[in-house]
Amino acid sequence: MKKRPTGFIERTIGSLADALEHAAIAETHAETGGLLQSLDPRVKLFGLLALILTAISVKKETVTLAILAVAVGLAFFSRIPLRLLTTRVWLGVFILTGTIAFPAIFMIPGEPLYRLPLLHWTVTEQGVYTALRLVSRAETAATLAILMVLTTPWTHLLKAMRVFHLPVVLVVILGMTHRYLFLLLHTTTNYFEARRCRLVGELDGQARRQLLAASTGVLFERSLQLSEEVFLAMQARGFRGEVFILNEFKINRRDWVALGAFIAAMILAFWADHS
Amino acid sequence: MTQRSVFELSSVNYRYPEATALDGITLTIAGNERIALLGANGSGKSTLLRILAGLALPSGGSITFCEEPLTEERLADETFSRQFRRRVGMVFQNSDVQLFNPTVFDEVAFGPLQLGWTKPEILERVDAQLNALDIFPLKHRSPHRLSGGEKKRVALASVLVLDPDVLLIDEPTAALDPKSQGQIIDFLFGCAGKKTVITATHDLSIIEDIADRCVILENGRGVGDAAPHSILHDWELLQRAHLVHIHRHRHGTSEVHAHPHVHGRHQH
Repeated sequence: MKKRPTGFIERTIGSLADALEHAAIAETHAETGGLLQSLDPRVKLFGLLALILTAISVKKETVTLAILAVAVGLAFFSRIPLRLLTTRVWLGVFILTGTIAFPAIFMIPGEPLYRLPLLHWTVTEQGVYTALRLVSRAETAATLAILMVLTTPWTHLLKAMRVFHLPVVLVVILGMTHRYLFLLLHTTTNYFEARRCRLVGELDGQARRQLLAASTGVLFERSLQLSEEVFLAMQARGFRGEVFILNEFKINRRDWVALGAFIAAMILAFWADHS
Repeated sequence: MTQRSVFELSSVNYRYPEATALDGITLTIAGNERIALLGANGSGKSTLLRILAGLALPSGGSITFCEEPLTEERLADETFSRQFRRRVGMVFQNSDVQLFNPTVFDEVAFGPLQLGWTKPEILERVDAQLNALDIFPLKHRSPHRLSGGEKKRVALASVLVLDPDVLLIDEPTAALDPKSQGQIIDFLFGCAGKKTVITATHDLSIIEDIADRCVILENGRGVGDAAPHSILHDWELLQRAHLVHIHRHRHGTSEVHAHPHVHGRHQH
């Protein structure tokens, strides 16, 4: 069994490594040849957002669950392991929204289902239904959102958001932030590893704070220096203050079919909800 | 055939707040010439490259590019600036500085986009450049997932896609494995007679392959200007410029001795 590190430096290195590993996993899934991965990011973004909006708008629980089933099907055909969805989405969302929804099962008036001994609180049918609705909507929306993230490289996702008129400059800034985040994560990991190599015993609270402050300062200085050099590199290739981006997206027959399927699913869900 | 001069520097100085980086550099660089700027760390090589790239302006003296003065006013002019950036490309020593885009494709497309090329032209040229440097499979990769050699080739592609007449390269082989070094040297070797290539380096083992002329810098001053062969035999100059050193080393299995030498091409 993996032993949880106890030292401050070890824990920090562990967290940094986890962050890098999560990013690597997401990129690996985005490169896997699956159903959602093969779609144009703009179509995928539009379709999945449409399904999320439908899932949170419909009133019937069965319709929400049907959309969740569609999301699970999409995950399956996109080779996203259900275990990953369970651990990274469903469990976390269940705990979070479950905690928020839990009081509703007592507080919402309605048909009594069960009375808690000692506390004499009454669980109502309407309360349970409301809590379940909240949890299922959150689970469905989170599943569809994570499918978007796991099946699309971050850069494509940003460019696809131009469909919704996200300013070009924001797309470029977010892209560069994502790019240099990894470099700074690696740099920070190196700092802490170098410190660990020269450390004997545990650090007390004051020493930890000093280390953290010193590392933050050095990292800040390094990133400032880096940003100046990056600006020069941009200038050297013709940057004059205005940013441009280019995408290679092409909508083919498969994308049109997928777009039609997303729209059909949305219409079907609303029809079922109102019938 | 003698080519027209590309750069002419006359008594160029450059001062940082705390030190003088260049002191009275006078230099003429002809078209299609391959020049190695040699010097120890802090000798002013990188600063000189930045001045040639129009990223820094001299504190004193003058510089011209194709007989046009390279001044703040000229670089502020959009037409001149576009033309200059198209014709002069710079590859930075630290590839992480140069690879600021989220993917290899975006990186190589950055320059053409800034210069206003059309989308079909950019797509075609980017693919062609990636193929030329054998990095097409990396097209959608993020820079943080590239090796040092791959980063260097992407950085090179991002500049070469504009087909510049002048290529400025800062320490091209630093921190690269031998195979990656070889690929970069092969490329620079192939530039002979086709492009003006100015390379800043302190690696004497590669200069005969990458340059036809060497300019030696010492504390910001030009102290030598000759063909690589002559420079490599001027031990006094090389020692003065801290480009060779004396240390104990082994020959074969038994002989251990000390003398000045060049790493990579061991000569007595």
